[in-house]
Order: sequence, then structure tokens, then C-alpha cells
Amino acid sequence: MTVAPTMAPPAPTAVTSRGRMRRRFRRRPLAVIGLCGVVLVVLVALLAPWIAPYDASASDYSAVLKPPGTGGHLLGTDDVGRDLLSRLMVGTRASLTAGVLSTFLALVIAVPVGMAAGYYRGAIDAVVSRVTDVVLSFPFLILAVGLAAILGPSLINATIALAVSQIPMFVRIARGEVLGLREQEYVQASIVNGAPSRTILRRHLLPNILNPLIVQTTVAIPGAIIGAAVLSFLGLGVQPPTPAWGTMLSDAQQYIGSAPWFATFPGVAIAITTLSFNLFGDGLRDVLDVRMGS
Amino acid sequence: MRWYILRRIGISLLTLFIATVVVFVGVRALPGDPAVAMSAESASPRALQAIRVQYGLDKPLPVQYVNWIGHALRGDLGHSPKTGLSVAQTLVQRVPITLELTLLALLVAIVIGIPIGILAAVRRGTIADYVASTTALGGLSVPHFWLGILFILLFAVHLGWLPASGFVPLTSPLENLQHMLMPAVVLGIGLAAVVMRQMRSAMLESLGADYVRTARAKGLSERSVVGVHALRNSLVTVVTVVGLQLGALISGAVVTEQIFLVPGIGKLTIDSVFSRDYPSLQGVVLVTATGYILANLLVDLAYSVLNPRIRVGGAAS
Repeated sequence: MTVAPTMAPPAPTAVTSRGRMRRRFRRRPLAVIGLCGVVLVVLVALLAPWIAPYDASASDYSAVLKPPGTGGHLLGTDDVGRDLLSRLMVGTRASLTAGVLSTFLALVIAVPVGMAAGYYRGAIDAVVSRVTDVVLSFPFLILAVGLAAILGPSLINATIALAVSQIPMFVRIARGEVLGLREQEYVQASIVNGAPSRTILRRHLLPNILNPLIVQTTVAIPGAIIGAAVLSFLGLGVQPPTPAWGTMLSDAQQYIGSAPWFATFPGVAIAITTLSFNLFGDGLRDVLDVRMGS
Repeated sequence: MRWYILRRIGISLLTLFIATVVVFVGVRALPGDPAVAMSAESASPRALQAIRVQYGLDKPLPVQYVNWIGHALRGDLGHSPKTGLSVAQTLVQRVPITLELTLLALLVAIVIGIPIGILAAVRRGTIADYVASTTALGGLSVPHFWLGILFILLFAVHLGWLPASGFVPLTSPLENLQHMLMPAVVLGIGLAAVVMRQMRSAMLESLGADYVRTARAKGLSERSVVGVHALRNSLVTVVTVVGLQLGALISGAVVTEQIFLVPGIGKLTIDSVFSRDYPSLQGVVLVTATGYILANLLVDLAYSVLNPRIRVGGAAS
């Protein structure tokens, strides 16, 4: 927040690495577009109830399957006459909750576990690695569908299912990074100095494994958003009448011949969201990787 | 090398064992009494008890597990209470369909991803690279089940070139291919984007390596430098990535089959979740996990064959 766009300084003085990264990021137009997209989607999710032109759940049987631009409906209406734009806006909430929250949930659980496995090794590592292997032996969606089926279909359970499916990847990364870093001299020196393990893990190891974790997070979020859409498409996520992009798509499937816009817009919403996260993530990866290399 | 293979197989078997326990416990954790789910609409308490005894549901869980795994090893995965068919038989019919779908998708991914990846790497920084890389990112971002719906809209509803959904067995190959083309392309596009990106970065790394400089210095043609030396080494990375993406491919098949009504194991999974057909669900998840573990094992072994440094334990480096 401290760096504001200023006049170009005549001579480069000492620049913080954060400032340097920020400038490197700004030089990538696609990454900046991605960031803008992410901010926009988050804003829509936060403000949906206030900025949506209609009540997202109010049906109007006199305006069923209206094409875009008719009767004051910018994107048209759905099979029970609800305003598509409003439903898309409110649906952003469910998608971001399941997509973003699940990734952070996975991160919060996986990082300490993975770090402990890499740091203490031995029995903890063996158990953690085996459990990770097992979870990874189920394809992402089969696992998520299975978990959602066990827990029952709801937004919270879809989020939990998506979080559990993402944990192994983060565990693997945290473990692998710590395993390598723990042999570094500065870590060994702390151990010899008698620093408590907690301090070493938090002060010396955690800051140094953040970059790969951030990169994996930006890869995981769009994947989880699509996963959330798939679960709600299959009827295992948000339950009607709460709007979700996946549910809208599955409702739209049967009207594909007569009302193609109905199936088009929810997909566009998903694609814009995931593309924004992917563009942002790609830029972030380039910026962070360079710093890692230097 | 032998030690590596044995160790790798051992780990796979252990993983498989724990996976079966997870499937077993997981299916029992599903909401609802399985005896009720297996019975007719309004079964009496006595009939329910009879079902419990028949399926061994009255026994302690470890005993049930041993019974189940014993039967499973002999190819008996129980019967579907919904259709009355043997789960194993159903799987024998459906696994090849999903296998065909995923193999075709893999083919689509390779045919699109590898040449474009090579092109983007060789023409690095040009318009071609930019377009290819951005398109790939787009391919990663578009949800394939939506793409499926759009394809149906375009190729089936509007143009009428391809059937919208359904499946025809391989006995009539042409019609089979007509039905499988859209699902395979839809499923393959996401993977093609992944393959392209990996191919590009692996190729860039290879092209900057010393052996490529040596090959160029020897006066080899550009074609042979790129096509033989750089490509071979880049393929190692791509094989690993394709292997890692197998899970994504199977996940994708679940939704793709649902959209195009392809009667593979993906559709079976979803159908059995909603009809509470627990024996089928158990069977399909078991088979998927087993297949996936085996495929990962094969990829690891293929990797060690393609990359001699792993084979001889680092001596070559």
C-alpha cells in the first residue's frame, strides 16, 4: 500500500525487492489484466446483492427464456423467468467460496503437516507420505464426488470435499521444500544453537517455502473453481434455489436448442474467472521464480 | 534399477491396500442404511434383516472387509440392487468405453499439444509463440463440460454433423467414432493445453543445453537438432506430466460422459451416487483407484527407462 505510482526517479536508488517485483509484474500486461479480472470478480461476489439488477431468486413466468436484451434483462432470463445477469452475479459467491476457500483450507491444513513431515522425517514422514499417496490415488473428481456423496450435497460440504482433494499436493510441496532446506547451513546452525523446532519451522523454513506454495495456490484456485462448478453441475454442490454457475449450466442443458444464451453465459462467467486467476498466477509465477533464481 | 522397481511396486501395493480400506470405509459412511438401499421400496424389518445377513452386513466391519476383498479378488464385486446385474460384469462392459474415451482424448492432446509446443519453443518470442501460449492458457481456463455443451450446440444442433450424445459399440467403428469424436476432443483440449505448455518449457530448456550446442557445432541440420536431440529429452518431461494428468483425465471423463451420455464408468459413478447403488459405487471407485495406481506405477517405470540417470542411480551425471 506504500508504493504509489510516482514520477520516474532520475537515478535508481535502493529498491526493495517487493517494489522490484511489483514493477516486474506491471511489465506483464496479461498478468495485470488477470489481476484486474480477479479483483472484479471478488468485488462482484462481495457486492452482488446490492448491484444485481433483479432479485436472483424471483421467478417471472411471464418472461420465461427471454433472449438477451429483451424486457430489461441484459443477459436474458432462465427457464422460470429469473434474470440471468443477477443470478450470475450472486452465483459468483458460491463459486468463489467453494473455489478459493477450499484452496485456503487445504493450505492451512497441508502446510504444517507437510513441513512437519519434511522436518522431523522418520515415522511422521512415512505416515504422511503414505496417506498422501493414498489420497492421490483417487482422481480429484472421483474423490470429491465420493466425499460430497458421503457428506451430503451442500456448499459447505462441496468446499470440504474440494479442500480434502487439494491437501496432498500442498503437503507434497511443503514436505519436499523443507526436506531440501533443512540441510542448508543456516538451518543446521540454528539446530546446533539449540533453537526450538517451532522457531526454526516458523522463522527459517516457512518464509523460504512460501513462493512455491503461492505458485501452487494460483494453479489450484482456478482448478477448484472448475471443480466447484462441476460438483454443482452434477447436483452435489449448492442446492437450488441459491444460484451457482454449475447448477445454471445443468439447468440450461435441456434448453440448448431453444435458448442457447442460457447455457452460454454461465460458462463465460466460469471461463473469465478461471482465465483471470490463470493469467494472474502465470505472471506471479514468472515474477517469483525469477526472485527464487537470483 | 531392480531395487528401484521392486521398491516402487511395493509402495504401489501398500497404497492400493490402504485405498481399498478407504473405499470400504467410505462407502459405509454414505448416508442411509445400505440394507434399505438394497431392498425393494417398502421392505419389512424382517426382510431388511435377511438382506443384512445375506450381504454380511450384520458382521463386524473388519470381517466385512475381509469378506469383501476376498470376493473382489475372485472378481466378485456383488450385485447392483438397482439393476440386479453383477457389478463386475457391468464394469467389464463399461471400463473399455471409458478407456477408449480417455485414449482418444490422450491422442487429441498429443496431436495438438506436442507440435504446437515445439513450434512455440522454436519460435520463442514471436507472434506464433504468443498466440499459442495464450490459446493454451485459454484452453486451461475453459471448463470442458461447458465446452461440451457448446460443441453439442454447434456441431449437433446447428450444423447437424455429429450426433449430440449416446454411444455405439466398436463393432460398427465408423459410427462409434462419430459418437466419440466430440467427447474425446472436449476431454482432450484441456490436456492438450497442459502438454503444449510443458512441451514448450521442456523444449526451451533442451534447446539451451550444452548437448544441443554441441550438436549444432557438429554441423547437424536444424531439423535433426530439434527433432532428434532436443525432442527426445523434452519428451521425458512430457511423459511424466501426461502421467500426472491421468487423474485429471479420469475426472474429466466423469463429467464428459455425463454430458454426452457415454455409458462409461464415469457416468456409472454419478448414477450410482444418485441411485445409492453402493455395490456399484464401491466397485467403480475400487477399479478406478487400482487402474490409477497401476498407471502411475507404469509412468514411473517408463520414466526410469527414458531417463538413464534414474536407471543407474545418478552415475551418468
